[in-house]
Amino acid sequence: MTADLVVVGAGVVGAASAYFASLAGVRVVVVDRGAIAGGTSSAGEGNLLVSDKEAGPELDLALYSQRVWREELAEHAHLWEFEAKGGLVVAASEQSVASLRALAVQQRQGGVEVRDVTRTELRDYEPHLSPELVGGAFYPQDAQVQPMLVAAHLLRLARERGAQVRTRTEVTGFLRDGTRVTGVRTTDGDIPAGAVLNASGTWAGDLADLAGVRVPVLPRRGFVLVTQPMPPRTIRHKVYAAEYVGDVASSDAALQTSPVVEGTAGGTILIGASRERVGFDRTVSGTAIGTLAAKAIALFPILREVRAMRTYLGFRPYCPDHLPVIGPDPRAPDLWHACGHEGAGVGLSAGTGRLIAQAFVGERPDLDLTPFAPDRFGDAEEVLR
Amino acid sequence: MPHVPDVAVVGAGPAGLAAAVQAAEAGLGVALIDTAGQPGGQYWRHYDENHARPNDPAGHHGWPAFTRLRDRMYALRAAGRIRYLPGHQAWLITREESGAFTLQMTATTAAAGGTDRTLSARALILCPGGYDRQLPLPGWDLPGVMTAGGVQALLKGHRTPAGRRVVVAGTGPFLLPVATGLARAGVTVAAVVEANGTLGWLRHPVGAISAPGKGVEALQYAALMARHRIPYRTRTVIREILGTDRVEAVRIARVDRDGRPAGPDEEMAADVVALGWGFTPSLELPLMLGAETAQDVDGSLVVTVDDRQRSSVEGLYVAGEATGVGGAALAVHEGRLSALALAAELGRPADPAAMRRLRRAVRRGRRFAAAMHRTYPVPRAWPQWLSETTPVCRCEEVSYGDLRRAHDDLGAEDARTLKMFARPGMGWCQGRVCGFATAGIAACLHGRETTPEDLRSLATRSLAVPVPLGELAALAEGTTPAEATGTEWRGRDGD
Amino acid sequence: MTHQMTFRGGTVAAEPGQSVAAALVAAGILDWRTTRKGGRPRGLFCGIGVCFDCLITVDGVPDQRACLVTAADGMRLGDDAETGAAPEDLGDGRNGGAARA
Repeated sequence: MTADLVVVGAGVVGAASAYFASLAGVRVVVVDRGAIAGGTSSAGEGNLLVSDKEAGPELDLALYSQRVWREELAEHAHLWEFEAKGGLVVAASEQSVASLRALAVQQRQGGVEVRDVTRTELRDYEPHLSPELVGGAFYPQDAQVQPMLVAAHLLRLARERGAQVRTRTEVTGFLRDGTRVTGVRTTDGDIPAGAVLNASGTWAGDLADLAGVRVPVLPRRGFVLVTQPMPPRTIRHKVYAAEYVGDVASSDAALQTSPVVEGTAGGTILIGASRERVGFDRTVSGTAIGTLAAKAIALFPILREVRAMRTYLGFRPYCPDHLPVIGPDPRAPDLWHACGHEGAGVGLSAGTGRLIAQAFVGERPDLDLTPFAPDRFGDAEEVLR
Repeated sequence: MPHVPDVAVVGAGPAGLAAAVQAAEAGLGVALIDTAGQPGGQYWRHYDENHARPNDPAGHHGWPAFTRLRDRMYALRAAGRIRYLPGHQAWLITREESGAFTLQMTATTAAAGGTDRTLSARALILCPGGYDRQLPLPGWDLPGVMTAGGVQALLKGHRTPAGRRVVVAGTGPFLLPVATGLARAGVTVAAVVEANGTLGWLRHPVGAISAPGKGVEALQYAALMARHRIPYRTRTVIREILGTDRVEAVRIARVDRDGRPAGPDEEMAADVVALGWGFTPSLELPLMLGAETAQDVDGSLVVTVDDRQRSSVEGLYVAGEATGVGGAALAVHEGRLSALALAAELGRPADPAAMRRLRRAVRRGRRFAAAMHRTYPVPRAWPQWLSETTPVCRCEEVSYGDLRRAHDDLGAEDARTLKMFARPGMGWCQGRVCGFATAGIAACLHGRETTPEDLRSLATRSLAVPVPLGELAALAEGTTPAEATGTEWRGRDGD
Repeated sequence: MTHQMTFRGGTVAAEPGQSVAAALVAAGILDWRTTRKGGRPRGLFCGIGVCFDCLITVDGVPDQRACLVTAADGMRLGDDAETGAAPEDLGDGRNGGAARA
């Protein structure tokens, strides 16, 4: 088979892109140097969130993705444990409740459903919440999936429509015709193709380098703690804390943690999420996981005696402006990108994949891709490297 | 003893006891951390010393060697040379930039109460030992099915026979002391069901010459087996364990060299089944520190060490089963060698002749162990014994069918991906029990040999044991709800 | 002196120094919890603290390894004092939407 499109990366974004492209009749080959969902897709919590986004292009993409998850992908939702659990953002001071309310006003204008939650109502949502919390906001659209199963099933469905998936196949270079990209060189031979999609997540910058273009994707390490299995519905929603609403997204290299607590279909409770820019260091940091534990207990005091069984870490792919890179790259014709989704890649993958497929077959994408243009970064961003 | 000991020894079994005693006698300040409440490890497990009876050591091999080591350890503790911390589990070990190691610890049981939480040491000798290796088979989740070592521990550690009529099954010489111990306690041993041929290692020239004492030991067990009239069924495996709420019987069958059924099934009544397929070394602590590992002759993942028991991580020594399953005598040699090598490294007197003797003993012990492993391999065809519904992961209740579908339908080609898609090894025990089997199934499903990477992905544990979040939180002191919620922009960590 | 413990409304005897699991097995009790998914009975398996099959609530503290806890006189074994269960739903739609129903 001659491929129309080689997708580099078998994570959630690559899988969603391969699925929707296959559905549109595109002949797809997916390659990954490792296994399916072996990178950041297997290191997250699987959240489909609108609650954590201010009005703007990322929120538009999140809302669009919500639609794709719940409509186009609805028939498969059970395969990846889709759960419309809703997100509860909680605040510890009146001042931050006010900030939450202000954000909610703005988000509602953007199409987000938000319910204001009073102090007394908090415990109706989450009986085990700390009584010291004074209010919050509930986001019914927030949902959860098991991301490894998302990637695996989307690739299975793509294979059923003729796609090929080649794991343990590392891209070592590009086939070129002038500036045009005509396929990839791999450790398992050349794969000529009409186009190549860079869905390499945190490693997308390296792949772009091979094509001679710069996409400034950087790793941002995060830890997640996993508890012992708990009785069902001990923690019912995705619960996380917010104070400085309206603060800017940080690019600080130092360790930052904010508690994000939620149950899973497996019975475990996940506690995220720390953020550090430490390159690809895989050493377990006692400070990071200790801080996560302390902050989770502050939200849910019953967690104090609950045991953590393991912790895992991953590297979020982030761009300096915290927006993903989606679309064709004018600097290298027939090279496309779908990467740099930072900590939101699972949630945004469905929309990203569908938009890529639409644009690839020449349809007008449901969402304007301009804010995600691959060549939007000036050379000045180099300083962040 | 200095505030920061020269060395922390983890594990007070044969290797750890020997290492701690040797290190302290060489003048090093030693902290000895052990999960159990009293020394001995799995090999020298015995009844609570506070309630000892004269016949508790009966049937214990090398008991005098243990009591000598234990008494030296207690004397060194009394002299302030060893700080002994029983009932402590290390759950996180980190290596600082200075080269020192920091251990985070938790109490083994809630009732045990007050423990030291943190310990630093200049060097580390890990002697974490091992436990019975398991292969799943139909019915192995029934109450009454236990590990062979568990049956032994119940008997030796708690004076409790596991049942009235026991079938001991699997492979390897360890099945014999389990069976004879039970018989001595008045339990009927319906049979020892051994997948491989019998006592072949005695005829193995290298093995027999390497450890002549072992030959005598084997003959003693053979005599005991005969005296208690225990049937020894070789080239035979349990095909299925039968029962509704507990074990009622087993179906056994002859197998060929690779473990493929080669004879008719035969039913045998039993109320307890004791299973063991060799041993799995406990590797979470060395792996946590990044120590290099490799696959041993018996197929288990082991830490790679040099001829001074040094791992690939500077300052980290490993001794005993974690460097390759080889039994208590070898573990003692390795423990002593690691301590002397560390003493020499730290400029303490360490008799070079003693070290040479120990190195020779270790080499000899390794050769013997390898011969044993070749005689008692896990039969290659073992995954064929499984049915679709056989549980592989007991914690998360993942069946062989679940794993097969994760491979066939979802493309899980290695153990890590199987784990991600189907959850084997994700429960309470974190893959300790099903890790070897899951790695083997991953390889078998994909038509290849098990790789060290398959094993590593199920042997690596980010936390060595489950630990209360409250203790974890102590790593980052005093956080109030306001602090918890009030430090930064809340977004950007969506998944 | 023999210790007496309570389990499922009955009494279980233990010798000083014996583990909770050993005392239960000696009393002919082979299982004391059920699994989350299949509701399968579980008791002692590895016997040395590795497998976590033998988890039991001891004096109201859940999820203790019965093979490692030393028996003591008056110990209450079993789930009667289990903690961590969530209260019932309020049924007002605030519990996360229809997907849970």
